[in-house]
Amino acid sequence: MESKKILISDPTLRDGSHAIKHKFSKDDISNYCKLADKARIPIVEVGHGNGIGASSLQLGESLLSDFDMLSTARKNLKKSKLGVHVIPGFATIDKDILPAVDVGVDVFRIATHCTESDLSERHISFLRKKNLEVWGCLMMAHMVDTETLIDQAKKIENYGADGVIFMDSAGSFIPNQIKERVEGLVSELNIMVGFHGHNNLNLAVANSLEAIQSGATLVDACSAGFGAGAGNTQLEVLIPVLLKQNFDTNIDFNGLLDLAEFVISKFGKSTSSVHIDSMISGYYGVFSGFLVPVRRVALEYKISPIDIFKELGRRNIIAGQEDLIIEVANSIRDKSK
Amino acid sequence: MTKKIPIAILGTGNIGTDLLIKVLKSSYLECVAFVGRNLNSSGMLRAASLGVNISDKGIIYLEENKRLYDFVFDATSAKSHLINSKVFSKLKKKVIDLTPAKIGPMCVPSISVSDFVEHGNVNMISCGGQASIPIAYAITNFGKDDVEYIEVVSNIASRSAGPATRQNLDEYISTTEKGLSFFTNAKKVKAILNLNPAEPAIDMQTTILAKLKKTNLSEIKSNIDKIEKIVKTYVPGYKVIVGPLIDDSRVFVTVKVKGLGDYLPSFAGNLDIINCAAIAVAESSAKKYYGK
Repeated sequence: MESKKILISDPTLRDGSHAIKHKFSKDDISNYCKLADKARIPIVEVGHGNGIGASSLQLGESLLSDFDMLSTARKNLKKSKLGVHVIPGFATIDKDILPAVDVGVDVFRIATHCTESDLSERHISFLRKKNLEVWGCLMMAHMVDTETLIDQAKKIENYGADGVIFMDSAGSFIPNQIKERVEGLVSELNIMVGFHGHNNLNLAVANSLEAIQSGATLVDACSAGFGAGAGNTQLEVLIPVLLKQNFDTNIDFNGLLDLAEFVISKFGKSTSSVHIDSMISGYYGVFSGFLVPVRRVALEYKISPIDIFKELGRRNIIAGQEDLIIEVANSIRDKSK
Repeated sequence: MTKKIPIAILGTGNIGTDLLIKVLKSSYLECVAFVGRNLNSSGMLRAASLGVNISDKGIIYLEENKRLYDFVFDATSAKSHLINSKVFSKLKKKVIDLTPAKIGPMCVPSISVSDFVEHGNVNMISCGGQASIPIAYAITNFGKDDVEYIEVVSNIASRSAGPATRQNLDEYISTTEKGLSFFTNAKKVKAILNLNPAEPAIDMQTTILAKLKKTNLSEIKSNIDKIEKIVKTYVPGYKVIVGPLIDDSRVFVTVKVKGLGDYLPSFAGNLDIINCAAIAVAESSAKKYYGK
């Protein structure tokens, strides 16, 4: 039987940024990119944890400018494509997308909250007209049912995207939910379907496998699972799982191990595992990128991070609303007085 | 009682319709034309039910009936306003621009009320700009202190953002940033917008974050108290709910804007804050030029 081809996009140098307060150095980027290129990783995503244009007081400032991060990556990626995450509302075409086009980014992923895909219409059509590879991403997808997800994905297809990725940004999904969503999307769309997992409930690899078996053709995975919250789908675990099921990613196995070893040796203390806090964040459906700021604020206000996560979940706070952590912490402290 | 000034509203989306209700309440203004492109839109139906003169012929109606009205509120989109503003100057009609097109001088009434009659066109920046710039201005000690970086984050309910607002997201950001730079002289500025679909709908909230050379929190607090009182005179639902405080070496202030519930329910403070500001500008000129 011929093996089915699966596209892997590696956001280690983007999602991992959350875990180290957005402080990737030029060396981190160039060393990782060299190894990724050697390992034949198809797409390497680079940047601030919330994408280009997202370095901010709200989310944390990057050590390097977007230009420095992207041009460093560009220099060191020969075969692998260079990808970026773009959130309209943070990034704009003029300030952020055009300079990224000039640096030579190959793959643009325009991301909105899962109900707000029309915010990406202009950005997707702009890149489509330029004939660049563009995907639409639906973040925090656990917050809507399959029908809504399909409606939103259809809009992205109409805007001209090459594919749709739904993101389990809070690491909240379980495999049967993934199956229902991917099957629905694949049957209703004519473009590729992808999945981005987080590991808050220890299901990122299982969910990604389920997505692929249900018809997804792209999945995101990070070396050593390096990413926000409990981390992402662990790349060096996912690939052998896919090999066992006869899925082909064309990634070099030894190169894959070198990447994981590099990340662990470099960021060991920050690499991800399922702590109680990130399990709670996944269970209550709170954006994984909130882990670091919630812990900081909880410590400062001498309150439990679990109480903050519960309240953020109750209020349906979405990615990008990090300022609400302070408001919620204030109200919890005031109540306990 | 003095005669009310006849005005036209172009654009019948959320902003235009909320503005219409506010004009109907005004002692100085009278809406004589509510003009859009679709007689079946919910804003148009609302206007019709209120007995307002409506038209779906867009700007052509305003060209053909230029004697009807003294000035115009443009609540279309940035792209449309670039075209509309040329028509208005040909017609010699003054305009208050509620889109982020930013052709005329930018106006935040709590800082200074621009004279749109004198300028011909004033720009109301954006909802986030109207909510954040007064606080940013207070943080900079009313424009006197050097500021490294000011950033503003607005969180609004998805239901309060119509199609034009969504299409204008990039313009919203660049115009809000221009407003912030202009009124604070900050070396670096950034504007961010989040749309949250939660039900019940979230109230509009804006957080102002700043990096200062030196921080005098009690002075900042007293400045913010002063400006909050001024904003409240034209936006009753405006309230500082967090701070000012220092968090992670940033000055941090959050304001909530409860709307008057004129068109959309009170969660849509974003409609209120820009429309109340536009009304404040219009009434100030109405008193100065027309009411005699």
